[in-house]
Amino acid sequence: MTSVAVDTDVAAYALRLGDDALVLGQRLGEWAAKSPQLEEDVALLNLSLDHLGAARSLLTRAGELDGTGRSEDDLAFLRDEPDWTNALLMELDGGDFGRTMTRQLLVAAYQLPLWQALSSSTDEVIAGVAGKAVKEVAYHLDHARSWVVRLGDGTEESHRRVQAGLDEVWPYAAELFERDELLELLIARGVAADPALLEPQWRETVEDVLAEATLTVPETTWRPTGGRRGAHTTGFGYLLAELQHLHRSHPGASW
Amino acid sequence: MTTATAAPQLEQDFQACIDADGRIEPRDWMPEGYRKTLIRQIAQHAHSEIIGMQPEGNWITRAPSLRRKSILVAKVQDEAGHGLYLYSAAETLGVDREELLDLLHVGRQKYSTIFNYPTTSWADVAAIGWLVDGAAIMNQVPLTRCSYGPYARAMIRVCKEESFHQRQGFEAMTVLANGTPAQRQMAQDAVDRWWWPSLMMFGPSDTESPNSAQSMAWGIKRFSNDELRQRFVDATVPQAEHLGLTIPDPDLSWDDETGHYVFGEIDWTEFFTVMKGDGPCNRERLAHRVAAHDEGAWVREAAQAYAEKHASRSIAVAA
Amino acid sequence: MSDYSAEGGHGAIPTSGVPSDEGGSKRSQPLWEVFVRSRRGLSHTHVGSLHAPDAHMALRNARDLYTRRQEGVSLWVVAATDIVASSPDEKDAFFDPAGDKPYRHPTFYDVPEGLTHL
Repeated sequence: MTSVAVDTDVAAYALRLGDDALVLGQRLGEWAAKSPQLEEDVALLNLSLDHLGAARSLLTRAGELDGTGRSEDDLAFLRDEPDWTNALLMELDGGDFGRTMTRQLLVAAYQLPLWQALSSSTDEVIAGVAGKAVKEVAYHLDHARSWVVRLGDGTEESHRRVQAGLDEVWPYAAELFERDELLELLIARGVAADPALLEPQWRETVEDVLAEATLTVPETTWRPTGGRRGAHTTGFGYLLAELQHLHRSHPGASW
Repeated sequence: MTTATAAPQLEQDFQACIDADGRIEPRDWMPEGYRKTLIRQIAQHAHSEIIGMQPEGNWITRAPSLRRKSILVAKVQDEAGHGLYLYSAAETLGVDREELLDLLHVGRQKYSTIFNYPTTSWADVAAIGWLVDGAAIMNQVPLTRCSYGPYARAMIRVCKEESFHQRQGFEAMTVLANGTPAQRQMAQDAVDRWWWPSLMMFGPSDTESPNSAQSMAWGIKRFSNDELRQRFVDATVPQAEHLGLTIPDPDLSWDDETGHYVFGEIDWTEFFTVMKGDGPCNRERLAHRVAAHDEGAWVREAAQAYAEKHASRSIAVAA
Repeated sequence: MSDYSAEGGHGAIPTSGVPSDEGGSKRSQPLWEVFVRSRRGLSHTHVGSLHAPDAHMALRNARDLYTRRQEGVSLWVVAATDIVASSPDEKDAFFDPAGDKPYRHPTFYDVPEGLTHL
């Protein structure tokens, strides 16, 4: 086995990206047999698969680089809550279909410029994941846009419901664009994407879609944060319990 | 659109087509009985696929590895897709999917009894892939040559995907059977609970059934229920032996003379109880399905409203 | 006692005592026929149908449903109501003879996979 040089900073960044993907993939998987129509069961599970695929590559990379030799499954199933570094937006309960679609919109509009930028990351694995994800996320964004527009500009009831969902998830978007010490270091090294550069494109995309959907852009001063340093929402513990329980019940077993 | 009286020539031509192993297509003349039997069969097949998403969908969030999670998501997604192919095939016979779903939701159209059992452990997911999908493949492969074109073509697509389902189930089962004592126990326990219901999937013996005879004459059914069940047992017992798992049938034995396995009496009262609606999960499965449908109504209505608004907008622009 | 057919597909389903349909009117979202070109050099082939409220969603749904395993380089969706059909082999004598009255799902000639020179 070729040994990979330890690089805890890049490992931590890969872990953030991987955790985002895994947590979102988990939330999307909850829609199986619950979607408003079969076509959406197919579509949402497709999205889930895309995120799970990215998660596996990124977690594997993190485990390689942090010097612990942990596998994708070790990281997914054996870490406790404070060690998870996903953004809070990903872990929110999906709520109703409208809430899920607005969360999807905010995430996809962020991930499109993110993966575009990371396609030239100096970490080859991250760049590889990004190259694949860029194509997937364009599709995710179109899906989210299509539904947010149809729900916003559909019936009075759908308009009300999707606006409510948007209002609930909106405050969590700000965390996506925060810069911390780790990011400063990795931006300088060409590994990470600069969130400040992503935000204008995100905002333009999102505001265009919301306008087409006849929805109001929420205004709030509340900026929930903490995901990147392991401070999660109440629901996250339950998500982890469900995710990890079976694996943890059989230490050392293969599946 | 369909004629009320069947001219003998049309009926002869219809039967001749079937007898020559040809295909009947949507615009062909067909006896009303053929049309109705097919709608019933295809619709209930579709219902089985979508209800079947539930017992396995249960384990997506809890799968014990990321690889297993991904495989399971793909499998459940396929099942939704199969439902869609089949509803489409049924609709070519002049019925609407919404109508078929209504009949499912009020319990007047049924679905396979196998999905009325609970999946209480991860090994159940593996057992469903191995045994239940294995049994389904026995049923489904002959349908790829069924006389009705759209159904046969849908089944070709379904069967291709179903073979992945069975293989991943058997693989998952293999890992469990060769794993820790707790995993082996989990695997054996699942086989103990899923074996007999899987045999029941083929239905009671139909040698006396006039419906079966008619379906065979129409090229909708190729083999008897008993023949299909026997094939399944013959294929599966060696697989269980390979896994080192015991099949919970003390009467199971190989018969050299016939070249088949002999197996024990099936308790058909369980089958009829479950088919009637009193199995462990019938109420739960249907309630879950109806809830998803009802809770999603506002979404479907929104999509329709948007389409109507924009259709009329574009007409106004053109004018 | 009802009969059960194993070929219910995913397990035995009753063959009698169960209604096929209620003869109600069409209520689903509009129907679209889907055509896939599986690779360059081949024609688009009819692969089935689906429901969607509009063309954009129809194309999306078709991609998800019919090309999940990379079975296509090009997709067409056509509103079923736009299709005009004529099928010389079929017994149209007892149907409305006007050539522009499409049945819900017209027949197309399907070339079986893998055959050439047809």
